[in-house]
Amino acid sequence: MKILKTAVFLGLFLMSGFAGATALSSYSFKDKAEEQAFRELTAKIRCLVCQNQSLADSDADLASDLRREIYALWKEQKSEDEILDFLVSRYGDFVLYDPPFKPSTYILWFGPFFLLIIGGYVLSRALKSKTKDKEVELTEEDQQRLKALLEDDNDNRETTK
Amino acid sequence: MSGRTRFLIPLFIFLIMAGFLLKGLFMDPRHIPSVLINKPAAEFNLPTLYNPEKFISKADMKGKIWMLNVWASWCSACRAEHQVLNAIAGMGIVDIIGLDYKDEAADGKRWLQQLGNPYKEVLVDKSGRTGIDFGVYGVPESFLIDGDGVIRHKFTGPIYYPDIKGVLIPKLKEIRGEGK
Repeated sequence: MKILKTAVFLGLFLMSGFAGATALSSYSFKDKAEEQAFRELTAKIRCLVCQNQSLADSDADLASDLRREIYALWKEQKSEDEILDFLVSRYGDFVLYDPPFKPSTYILWFGPFFLLIIGGYVLSRALKSKTKDKEVELTEEDQQRLKALLEDDNDNRETTK
Repeated sequence: MSGRTRFLIPLFIFLIMAGFLLKGLFMDPRHIPSVLINKPAAEFNLPTLYNPEKFISKADMKGKIWMLNVWASWCSACRAEHQVLNAIAGMGIVDIIGLDYKDEAADGKRWLQQLGNPYKEVLVDKSGRTGIDFGVYGVPESFLIDGDGVIRHKFTGPIYYPDIKGVLIPKLKEIRGEGK
């Protein structure tokens, strides 16, 4: 139990640990809100060197260069879309954590729903076939036959005793 | 599907998934397809390593088929690639222009003195700004650029000997074939 606790704690620590560790201190912002907005923007962008880190968190050399470029565009009052376009035109959609909606990504967007529909269909069929088994109604004829068979069976048992 | 073969369905689904996962094992997540293929190369105007007064721009390369090789003295994969570049230069099949990326000029010069210089010119990108315009994310990278200044092929990571015959020569043939 203690080991489990330690493991969970360690896991949470590692997950949360390094976010925010990168200093944006070399850049000046007019207030906390602007700094937060800049942080949110760079968090949407994947660092190409260490692919599981966002540009906001990465200490890679390229990431700091890209932050510098983005900061320059930011100071020129460029919109978020313009800044993201700047990066996508050079590095492709891969830099975005949020994939854009277009024909090559349809499978990404619709795939799960498609699987959900298939799953729902399979489930409903499985459930239906199960309930059908229970609902078999016996006709008068069947009842009599059943009775006869059961009696027959009882007779047999008695005779074998 | 009859009841007899029904039990094969999960196995079948498993095999399909296993197939995808197996393919995934042999794919390189670091290889990101470049969006710059068949797009005009970025504009640049950079000083040369041996003469900081001399600048070369994209316009200067117009009409030539050339290869831009992004390298740095701090890049260990570049060391392995360098002998391949020397071989390409020795074959004389394409002019290679080096881009010394985020490097110290003295280190770059020492590197070329030790390992040989396959470059027709070496440009210096101290800030890495031109690298960003070329979508460079890991050195070495090489771009084949045609006479119209359009990027026709990109090598991400080092060029290996088999790539000369397998990729470089066919690509050059393709690019030159159009010119005729």
